[in-house]
Amino acid sequence: MRRLINIELFKLRHSRSAKIMTILYFSLFLSAALLSTIKFDFGPFNFRLADQGIYNFPYTWHFMSFFVAFLKIILAIVIVSMMSSEYTNRTLKQNLIDGLSKKEFILSKFYVSVLYALCSTILLFVVTLVLGLIFSDYDEFQIIFSDLEYIGGYFVKLLGFFSLCLFLGLLVKRSAFALGFLFLLWIVEGIIGASLHDTKFDFISDYTPLNAMWRLIPEPITRLDIINSAAKQLNAEIMQDYSVSIFTIITVLAWTFLCVFGAYRLLKKRDL
Amino acid sequence: MPETILELKNLTKRFGKSTAVSDLSFSIEKGNVYGILGPNGSGKSTTLGMVLNVINVTSGSFEWFSDTMDTHDALKKVGAIIESPNFYPNMSAKDNLKLVCKIKEIDEGNIENVLKTVELLDRQHDQFKTYSLGMKQRLAIASALLNNPEILILDEPTNGLDPKGIHQIREIIKKIAHNGTTILLASHLLDEVEKICTHVVVIRQGKKLYAGRVDEMNASFGYIEASVEKLDNFTSFLDRLDFIDKFDNIEHDQIRIFLNKDYSAGEFNKLCFEKGFVLTHLIKRKESLEEQFLKLTN
Repeated sequence: MRRLINIELFKLRHSRSAKIMTILYFSLFLSAALLSTIKFDFGPFNFRLADQGIYNFPYTWHFMSFFVAFLKIILAIVIVSMMSSEYTNRTLKQNLIDGLSKKEFILSKFYVSVLYALCSTILLFVVTLVLGLIFSDYDEFQIIFSDLEYIGGYFVKLLGFFSLCLFLGLLVKRSAFALGFLFLLWIVEGIIGASLHDTKFDFISDYTPLNAMWRLIPEPITRLDIINSAAKQLNAEIMQDYSVSIFTIITVLAWTFLCVFGAYRLLKKRDL
Repeated sequence: MPETILELKNLTKRFGKSTAVSDLSFSIEKGNVYGILGPNGSGKSTTLGMVLNVINVTSGSFEWFSDTMDTHDALKKVGAIIESPNFYPNMSAKDNLKLVCKIKEIDEGNIENVLKTVELLDRQHDQFKTYSLGMKQRLAIASALLNNPEILILDEPTNGLDPKGIHQIREIIKKIAHNGTTILLASHLLDEVEKICTHVVVIRQGKKLYAGRVDEMNASFGYIEASVEKLDNFTSFLDRLDFIDKFDNIEHDQIRIFLNKDYSAGEFNKLCFEKGFVLTHLIKRKESLEEQFLKLTN
């Protein structure tokens, strides 16, 4: 496993686009966090996002996991292109001739996807913890470390998404087309979801890959204090389950497995 | 008992309805230099692709090192270059070779050595995409030599190169062959095979036509080309000679006579003169591999 990660990281380290995208990802990550702490001064109206309660423990775990997850699309580009560039450069063929098995090839890509998801999750944890410690109104140990399920949900969400990208990169063999395919899948799932809404087949959209990933971390906006109090004034109590469901986690992990195994079967069948 | 490096058993590959390789069997023994000869599209690259794990086998099988290990592990002991050199364009030559070392699980200490062999040492830090085709091909050979391979597989190594590049590659191959490394060379260039190889496998449309030593393939008694003024009587004279296999009229007054036993040009000249035929042109040749090849593949 060490050898395979080593091989893949060596490739990424020497790929300019992968380096740029990775740096872009992590700097956007940090700057988004920093931006929320800046005080906007509009004359008599002072506004600071950090003062709106988004960094209150334990709510901040939920809030941050949800919003930071949007940035994953940047890493998706890295994952897709690390797969498809092996096709366009025909280096996949050379790797196999040099003695890498098809299984090892897929595994090396998968391991690095896990690594990316892990790094992003750790960074999310650290950044959220630091911002929370600065801005949170509550700082009891027990409160700080409650609701950590969102961090776990975030990891699974990224892992599932990257595995899907891996599969699409291999299936389509061209980065741009693979990302287009991803977009198409998103639209198709949207159509399926909308057309089955309020029918007895509504449950089907729980199982489609992107939808399942989306449901992993429910939206946190309506849980925010100011929104809630506004809703109360309008007598519209918001009732929603905000927890990370085990069922959805299992669904996404199943998709992860299907994507990685599917990629392996696909590669095994192909003549290069 | 010579050590068998690779054995093909009834290897077959079909792409849809067309059969690229059909029931091909031969074996590669240690220390020999093999050539796979065949016209373009005869299945050479497909055959190599199958034993190199990139093309799936339709039926039949192959064994590396008497089937003692998995194909991908066996390939770590093989050095192979295929039609075009494939490397990571943004990596330098040296980094590309480092990556190959990681895949083959070998020490990086050999990198400098192989770069020196192919005369790329002074360009080792330049990105692969800045290389000329000849340099790319040489880097591919360097990469194939990294692990001191048990066998070197070369698929059309001089394809597309200029005369200087072709010469450089051939010199390198000869040097490697001279060191006793087993080589399998696929080519449609006959003089390449004739100059380098000890054994040859001739294939056409995926079928084996000949497998054996190059010099045995060339074991005919050669032919005589002769011209004479009065052709009509001469052909009826030739008909009566028992050392002649057959003869063709190749130009209006020139005849190519194929021998079926050893017979020298001098003896032939003397015989003709005694019978009253004055030859205006006489030459005796061994058939080249090219002629043998055309005979086999036509």
